[in-house]
Amino acid sequence: MAVNPRQAEHAITKEAQASSAIDHSRIGLSVAETAAIDRSSRGPVLLCFFLSIIWLLVGTVFGDISSFKFDRPDLLTSQPYFTFGRLRPAHLNVMVYGWASTAMFGVSLWLMPRLCRVQLKIPAVAMAGIVLWTIGVAVGVWLLLDGVSDGLEWLEFDHRSADPLMAAGAALVGASVWKTLLNRQVSHLYVSIWYVASSYPWFLIIFTAGNLPVYQGVESAAVNWFFAHNALGLWLTTINLGLIYYLMPKIIGRPVYSYWLSLIGFWGLALFYALNGMHHLIGGPIPSWMIATSITASIMMIIPVVAVGINQHMTIVGRFGAMRYSPALTLLVLAAMSYTAVSLQGILTALVSVNRITHFTHWTIAHSHLGLYMFVTLSLFGGIYYILPRLLGREWPSRNLIRAHILLVGFGMVLYVVALGIGGVLQGLHLLDANSSFEASVNATKPWLLMRSVSAIIITLGHVLFAVHIAWLWLLRDKTGPEQSPFFYVRPILVKSPTKVPGR
Amino acid sequence: MTRVYILLMGALATVIFALMVLVILPKSMLSGVQPPAELKPLTAQELRGRQVYIENGCIYCHTQQVRDTNFTQDVAKGMGNRPSVPADYVYDQPHLLGTMRTGPDLFNVGSRLPDKKWHLLHLYQPRSLVPWSIMPAFPFLFEHKDTPAPDDVVIETGQAEAGAIIATEDAKALVAYLLALKHDYAMPNIQKEAADE
Repeated sequence: MAVNPRQAEHAITKEAQASSAIDHSRIGLSVAETAAIDRSSRGPVLLCFFLSIIWLLVGTVFGDISSFKFDRPDLLTSQPYFTFGRLRPAHLNVMVYGWASTAMFGVSLWLMPRLCRVQLKIPAVAMAGIVLWTIGVAVGVWLLLDGVSDGLEWLEFDHRSADPLMAAGAALVGASVWKTLLNRQVSHLYVSIWYVASSYPWFLIIFTAGNLPVYQGVESAAVNWFFAHNALGLWLTTINLGLIYYLMPKIIGRPVYSYWLSLIGFWGLALFYALNGMHHLIGGPIPSWMIATSITASIMMIIPVVAVGINQHMTIVGRFGAMRYSPALTLLVLAAMSYTAVSLQGILTALVSVNRITHFTHWTIAHSHLGLYMFVTLSLFGGIYYILPRLLGREWPSRNLIRAHILLVGFGMVLYVVALGIGGVLQGLHLLDANSSFEASVNATKPWLLMRSVSAIIITLGHVLFAVHIAWLWLLRDKTGPEQSPFFYVRPILVKSPTKVPGR
Repeated sequence: MTRVYILLMGALATVIFALMVLVILPKSMLSGVQPPAELKPLTAQELRGRQVYIENGCIYCHTQQVRDTNFTQDVAKGMGNRPSVPADYVYDQPHLLGTMRTGPDLFNVGSRLPDKKWHLLHLYQPRSLVPWSIMPAFPFLFEHKDTPAPDDVVIETGQAEAGAIIATEDAKALVAYLLALKHDYAMPNIQKEAADE
């Protein structure tokens, strides 16, 4: 390790560290030490981000064509691999497993060494895991377009080829994450560690349980939604909450508001989220006690959601102005707000009185995009904006591209969610009205589906700009870079000195 | 928290608890469900049709379930004569309950639309029969032949063109499967007793 001029100082702070259960920010890391830690995870993290951006673009194309097919049903019908029923699951799987999960591997591998104050352990194993995972996803998508599907939403990938590769890949990345955790040089486990480290065993358990081909009849439906909901709750949500919990306080230079709210948020989520899945089958042919359990657990989710919401709001309140100086913070704040919004919307949708209207409609698609895009994807964009310049040692070349990207994807997705939300409710009201024809339910959605296609084009443009910007940053040879730029080293200029934080 | 094993044990405990409640317990409870006498296992051709249904993602727009009459209009809207129950799905692997009604429910499509020719033409070009439909056309399930063989199923597209459009085995199998989707028998007994309790 590099010579650390602050070594002595750190030795003294061991005690501070032991008593740092609440104020994690008392552990100071020198710039040199941080740089050494970042260097240890550089290779795997860069690989993850590179692959995830490619998947993002691929998934965007699949999503766009799927959307356009609602407006022009005779578009691209001659080939089986272009049919809606193959492109739509390809879009979902590429976005969930290709884009989000691969980027989340990168985020985990970058976060864990920083939080454990140790260099990334077994990076080669992590690297192998990423490669296996990517091959698994590629094989899965290829087979899906070729007509090989397990037939279960979120679990379409072939359980003989793609799924074992992906499980092995996630296990290897998880091994690196856990080995780093077990070698930690800090006493207290920061809240982000709870989320990120737990996500790996959770994902492996639910992914394995979901893919076992041993379920018959309606059990198959129960297991399907047990997995699909937990893929969101115990995987996509948790890693991104971990990222937000780390970066948000870091960027504004202020500790997380309440340790106890963090605890309630984490354990509440672990306990209640895992039981939510059956609310996708309300009114359906499974034993009613299972649905009742999931509705109850869905309502209980208000506890962890509000706890996390208050905790993150109180952390940033009064410092929203810093968003002007940090695109990462802007995106992470939007993501955190969307987490609260999508969770409250989810609780609402799990109530029978609402579900009888919204079930089987485009409302569900709007809801899932609020979660997977406004929360998960914006959070990952924020993470990439923060992490990538630090790993490459140079600043983002263009502020305008960043602004354009955030504005396009932000407004595009708001339009998407609002349009499909309205279209979904109108559709649902027709489906619920015994005197209304099915034709009316289809016609009611058409203008809103067209608006969704417009938003898809806007979002696509945002993704292209983002990819162009990353390529530009990547290819930039000028290593010195404009260091004074506010995006790289965010000076917490709006923030008072940490020693003057009230109440400390 | 300062102890990794508390984190690990706690995380495993919550997910395994959920696994027991929502996967393992139902599996043992539902394993005893008997198929109703009227429900026949699918034939080889119908099973192939079910596979075509899965391959081409019909599930993303069509459900196969009739929900509780207490808070939905599914029965009133003619999707079936009663809500569907676990016994109706005993032979299904994987399930095809679906989550979207972009298109109509198919749980009883075999009794509602029993015409094989209608289905074939509808698959070839939905808008030739239902002008407002946004269902994709599936021309790749059909072949163009200059002179159809005597046993070929010719589709009456109504277009004046040379030769004929004939259904592939996949198209015929898919239609056979759709016609087999008939659950118009009375509610199976075991389920009825449970519902009456």
